[in-house]
Amino acid sequence: MAPQESAPSAAETESGFSRRTVLKGIGFGAAGIAAAPVLAACTGGSKPSSGGGGGGGAASKSVTVGSGSSDDVPKRAYQAVFDAFKAQSGDTVKVNTVPHNDFQNNINSYLQGSPDDVFTWFAGYRMRYYAGKSLVAPVDDVWDSIGSNFSDALKQASTGDDGKKYFVPNYNYPWGYFYRKSLWASKGYQVPKTFDELKTLCAQMKKDGLIPIGFADKDGWPAMGTFDYINMRTNGYQFHVDLCAHKESWDQQKVKDVFDNWKALLPFQDPSALGATWQEAAQNLGKQKSGMYLLGSFVTQQFTDKKVLADIDFFPFPAMAVEGQDSVEAPIDGLMLTKKAANNQAAKDLLKFMGSGKGQDAYASIDTSNLQTAKDADTSKFNALNKKSAEIIANAKHISQFFDRDALPAMANNVMIPALQKFIKDGSIDTKNLEAQAKSLYAAQ
Amino acid sequence: MSDLPLVGLPADVRPERTTTAAAGKSRKVRRLNGRDKLVLGFMVGIPTLIQAVFIWIPMLLSVALSFTKWNGLALSDIKSNGLQNYKFVVQDYPPFWPAVQHNIIWLAFLALVATPIGLLLAVLLDQKIKGSRIYQSIFFTPVMLSLVLVGIIWQLMYEKDNGLINNLLRTANTPNATDWYGNSSINLWAALVAATWRHAGYIMVLYLAGLKGVDPSLKEAAAIDGATASQTFFRVVFPAMRPINIVVVVITIIEALRAFDIVYIINRGTNGLELISALIVQNLVGEGQVIGVGSALSVMLLVISLVPITIYLVRTFKKVD
Repeated sequence: MAPQESAPSAAETESGFSRRTVLKGIGFGAAGIAAAPVLAACTGGSKPSSGGGGGGGAASKSVTVGSGSSDDVPKRAYQAVFDAFKAQSGDTVKVNTVPHNDFQNNINSYLQGSPDDVFTWFAGYRMRYYAGKSLVAPVDDVWDSIGSNFSDALKQASTGDDGKKYFVPNYNYPWGYFYRKSLWASKGYQVPKTFDELKTLCAQMKKDGLIPIGFADKDGWPAMGTFDYINMRTNGYQFHVDLCAHKESWDQQKVKDVFDNWKALLPFQDPSALGATWQEAAQNLGKQKSGMYLLGSFVTQQFTDKKVLADIDFFPFPAMAVEGQDSVEAPIDGLMLTKKAANNQAAKDLLKFMGSGKGQDAYASIDTSNLQTAKDADTSKFNALNKKSAEIIANAKHISQFFDRDALPAMANNVMIPALQKFIKDGSIDTKNLEAQAKSLYAAQ
Repeated sequence: MSDLPLVGLPADVRPERTTTAAAGKSRKVRRLNGRDKLVLGFMVGIPTLIQAVFIWIPMLLSVALSFTKWNGLALSDIKSNGLQNYKFVVQDYPPFWPAVQHNIIWLAFLALVATPIGLLLAVLLDQKIKGSRIYQSIFFTPVMLSLVLVGIIWQLMYEKDNGLINNLLRTANTPNATDWYGNSSINLWAALVAATWRHAGYIMVLYLAGLKGVDPSLKEAAAIDGATASQTFFRVVFPAMRPINIVVVVITIIEALRAFDIVYIINRGTNGLELISALIVQNLVGEGQVIGVGSALSVMLLVISLVPITIYLVRTFKKVD
């Protein structure tokens, strides 16, 4: 059996019944087996275009892109980038867009099968992991020409464990507490700078009949944002990095402190969080049912009413024990090069274009909820919210990605999601068990 | 595959035999000639091959993988892990025991509630009531609907603030509104109602066929002997449907074990909706792939599934003999 086939077949290696259930899941567009052939089918046509590596890259004037940006706005935004690239270079770009959950879930088999030349991905552990497994190609020569366009923090975020660069950033976005200015002004609320002020504000909001903190965790991952922030504010940025890499044990007082601190916020969170999606929580914020909501700035995509959108503001997570508000959670999205496109000059040109202000501006012209990362990007069209976001990121001493981007995916998906959901439900956490699971899962990689 | 060369041999030999032996003629009619054997070989061999490639080999690989740790990338990364995966699942994996418990609840609910409802529907529709066909279609529709539709339909029912149920209860948009999907002590039952909605229609169709197959003279005889309607049903008709009953029992057990779709649509089988099948998918498919643990879980489910299957097969083949 060829190595690239082993991942999908392993997914099939269940009893007949569960195999059938998996096949059923495909109907819902969620299971991996289905999408692997779909991805393969999409990329089938791209093989000749990439020149197969043997023919050298110079002749290749076309590039295929595997995109997980399947939502309407990001999809159109990426199309704008590719159109602009086509207009500038004359190279043709073929895009294969896959629903983003499927794209992420199938990335293993995708990269081992017949992937596109370039694909959309994230910085952080999720990038370094595949770089370490040599499933993606280094892009140091691209960085030679775009390097001066990025801050050191972004350079660092694009570097693999072997010191080579593997990633070209497109945009990032900060996580913070979003709120409606008009509601806060009418009630006289002040932006809390410290955790104690936050708790006092929450108590006041509760008295005023609001849900102080909008919260939604049906999908499991949004709660990680709160965990990350309380962890970084309690134990510092480096502890977040080491904990995500499992260089620190989960079964220690520092982790327990995080949950103890969070417990103070639990009574103020939306009690129906476990049945709600972030989109629903965003709607509650828009309708002024909840006072504030901790999420990435993509939350603004939900406010289609211009008046509501103009009324949205945010503040960084309040200071707690250490490092003030130095750390900001600001995940970076961008492009990577697959192994097979290592010699495809058109693909590298596309990455260079993505690393230029011009390319990123093309994206931002459609998707305004994110921030360009290149220094020469045009920020004149920024709205007030963008400006504030950019400022907060620029002033941050440490930029974290997100728990599920900084940690082992199995740890984030299989361990943290159920653990955090249980914590949100009854305020209990078993750090000893978290450590036992982490030990076993990190050892399996 | 191995049948093919064997089939080839007699084909070459037989023509000589039939010419030499005069008594061969009558035998020739009964026996299969070479061509028949070749065709039969293909007809048996190809499905066997497909079965082997798509079911048996992956299954055996799965058993093998359950004793390893592997990141799903290069084959050289596979490392032996002894019984550690099983130990991990049983001792350290918090969703496992709730999943087992939920599968048992699922089975009990299907067996004690959903299947009897299906039987009841079948008995009612078997009476010569007006529009029986229409009712049949209505009750059977859920079985035919695609998963996405099932998910959407129940989402519309159960949504906290916009759902039909809470609006009928007049609790929507109030703090008293029941969070059908989010409350982990309720959502299993909400999912079971949705499962029953499908399962009952399925069972109904099976029993309708069974009831049609029962000799009406049995009922008449019972009526002449003075049996009441319920006595006739439970003492005469129901036992007469024994073959169907066995099929229904097996189907109910299998449906309970492979229950997956509805919980996966609701919240991917977390927060009170853990099922073994959902845990398998969580561990085998997707980014959080832990192949060793996922394989161990699927082997466990396989072993559990083998029990009802074996009982069913033993009973079926006994009858044939």
